Amino acid sequence: MEIDPFIFRLSIFVLAIFVGYYVVWSVTPSLHTPLMSVTNAISSVIIVGAIIAGMSGDIKGILNTSNIFGFLAIFLAAINIFGGFLVTQRMLQMYKKKKKNK
Amino acid sequence: MSVNLLAIFYLISGVLFILALRGLSSPETSRRGNLFGMLGMAIAITVTFLAIGNFSIGFVYVLIFFLVGGSIGAIIAYKIPMTAMPELVAGFHSLVGLAAVFVAISAFLNPQVFNLGSPGDIKLSSLIEMSIGASIGAITFSGSIIAFLKLRGIMSGAPITFKGQHYINLFLGLSIIVLIFYLCNTQSESFFWRLISISFLLGLLLIIPIGGADMPVVISMLNSYSGWAAAGIGFTLENTALIITGALVGSSGAILSYIMCKGMNRSFFNVILGGFGSVNSLTVNNKDKKPVKNGNAEDAAYLMKNASSVIIVPGYGMAVAQAQHALKEMADSLKKNGVKVSYAVHPVAGRMPGHMNVLLAEANVPYDEVFEQENINNDFASTDVAFVIGANDVTNPVAKTDPKSPIYGMPILDVEKSKSVLFVKRSLSPGYAGVDNELFYRDNTLMLFADAKKMTEEIVKNLN
Repeated sequence: MEIDPFIFRLSIFVLAIFVGYYVVWSVTPSLHTPLMSVTNAISSVIIVGAIIAGMSGDIKGILNTSNIFGFLAIFLAAINIFGGFLVTQRMLQMYKKKKKNK
Repeated sequence: MSVNLLAIFYLISGVLFILALRGLSSPETSRRGNLFGMLGMAIAITVTFLAIGNFSIGFVYVLIFFLVGGSIGAIIAYKIPMTAMPELVAGFHSLVGLAAVFVAISAFLNPQVFNLGSPGDIKLSSLIEMSIGASIGAITFSGSIIAFLKLRGIMSGAPITFKGQHYINLFLGLSIIVLIFYLCNTQSESFFWRLISISFLLGLLLIIPIGGADMPVVISMLNSYSGWAAAGIGFTLENTALIITGALVGSSGAILSYIMCKGMNRSFFNVILGGFGSVNSLTVNNKDKKPVKNGNAEDAAYLMKNASSVIIVPGYGMAVAQAQHALKEMADSLKKNGVKVSYAVHPVAGRMPGHMNVLLAEANVPYDEVFEQENINNDFASTDVAFVIGANDVTNPVAKTDPKSPIYGMPILDVEKSKSVLFVKRSLSPGYAGVDNELFYRDNTLMLFADAKKMTEEIVKNLN
């Protein structure tokens, strides 16, 4: 008997929740704002679904509803990806140690 | 590209995302962590393009939308002032939510491209996954919009409540489940649109009863939702990177909500059901014209100059007045006079987790001078001056003494233990919880009634 591939994905999901749990608890509280902005950026990896939707079909079928929603999702996710990572980077640049420790 | 190779690349980007969060365990490793995150994203996007391999007209459209969106995102990231970070994060959450909804719609209308079956005959498991993803995404979107409007000040931060609110939400929640059930049975498009509309409505109604100072919990909660929405879509698309990310983000948001609730000693449900601030009777306080010691910048400067140690307690008022730069200047002048300066940050100070830390970092305050509550609370007893700027409830000793108080049991910063307390505040008004702060009336407290920034600047003048 074969195991449904869904079960494999579920296993990845459950294990990733545990990984997330331990990794996030180890995040220092002073970096909680960058944590939120970076999680925001990475959850925009949903763009891969949007790309598949947007690139489907030929020239005639490119402007059907499904593709258009794909394009819009790409637009939204791209704002998030660039905005999220860059604003995180900008914030993290500001966290500096005391000068004398250098 | 073979399907298996593609899956391995998605796995790699998932692992890179884990490393991105892992990097945030300390500021030194955090920048490298962020680069890992960017790399993971670049890999996921590139291999998706390569796997489709059809660089015709569709690719051009995709690229245009990607670049336009990306440029807008980049401009926002560079222009946004640090004080606007809470609403920026809320706005970004709404985009993730809406993107999840759009991807789910695409998949529903054109399931062939995702190998989910054909329209009207979508695999049951995929249908359940995409409807859950779409529903949570829609709730995230409309909820985040409300959070954004409240944080931005376009909408009043006051909770909006009406009779039967919770029953309506319960009803909407149940309708979502029923609609998913019918959708799976009939595959009808109209059920799908109804499901999305009702989820939008539920998102709005869930967030409007929650008041401004509870926003740290709301933002964390929406962060978590956006993760679960992404995971739902990840299952639909059978994409490991998306499943891993969804799980990471979901648990991250949940943990942050938990930390925020603990910082207020309130249960998650208490916050979500709109506890504080909705009860106006709480603002009835015993203002029996107790005497208050009123001071000016000169007094404050004198007091701090002659102290050996000062602990600064920032709160939301500092963010509103944008006083962080003036505060840094004040700390520098004090240090020149040989005063030891440190900062004490309460978990729920500000409007989002870590809000105060970011603002202090922006003002070039070294992060090793900024302490979390548990690491600095014992130091107040041996400190000469506690300088409270824009914080109130988190310092109120009533949380320890009066079981009837709404903030009873909330872990507070023990500023009352320091030899003297300086309060920069615009008025004697109670804080968000509507509780009078008895610290104002103590003998060793000096009230500095002014805008936080102006007062700090004046203190700096007097110090030099």
